[in-house]
Amino acid sequence: MLRISRSNYDSLRRHGEATYPYESCGVLLGQVNGDVRVVTSVARCGNTRKDSPQNRYNIDPKELIRIQRGGRERGEDIVGFYHSHPDHPARWSPTDLAEAHWFGCSYVITSVEKGRAVTTNSFELTGSEENGKKLVDEEVEIDLFMGRT
Amino acid sequence: MTKIHIPTPLRQYTAKQADVQVKGGTVGDALSDLTARHPDLRRHLYTEEGKLRSFVNVYLNDDDVRYLQKEATAIKDGDNISIVPSIAGGRS
Repeated sequence: MLRISRSNYDSLRRHGEATYPYESCGVLLGQVNGDVRVVTSVARCGNTRKDSPQNRYNIDPKELIRIQRGGRERGEDIVGFYHSHPDHPARWSPTDLAEAHWFGCSYVITSVEKGRAVTTNSFELTGSEENGKKLVDEEVEIDLFMGRT
Repeated sequence: MTKIHIPTPLRQYTAKQADVQVKGGTVGDALSDLTARHPDLRRHLYTEEGKLRSFVNVYLNDDDVRYLQKEATAIKDGDNISIVPSIAGGRS
């Protein structure tokens, strides 16, 4: 399961609207608590797939290292990633599965139709080997009080 | 000693350590030392032919070793190596 605050949830959805008609992408940082990945911050990334940004995304590893470093200073780890599907359902594609390598992490997908974020779903990459890996539907719990004091 | 940062999904093979201190004069030596200490990591980093898997990025500090001297890239004490599986996909 993925637990995320309303503000972080809204942030990743708004990112998909901002980059429309191109795919947005970013990193989910937080902690793993048993079977729950708790997102405590969201880092927006650039999409390096300038050749086909309407249906592909790629995060620059250098940007990821920078985000990872910042997260560690705050006690956060990478718990997942997000991207958008412009004018396409919020379901994982064969490309999404083939390119997913972070086992045990969440892959969040938001459908953006005509510039508006519609559906957001999350999938856990299960398995431990490239052969037999799966993206499995997982519950998203939007925590209205998380992050508030 | 050089520190290798282990990404979250691979920590199950390093006894949950996020960083592993290794020895060696090159990136290849450092990775060999890492997989000697944690043998279960090897098949996740390398193909059966012994090549680094195409989706496994290895960075020395802020540089992709593919654009340096790959695994022959020299390292010195205090360097940081990061293993970063790629993050990509798309709607179709």
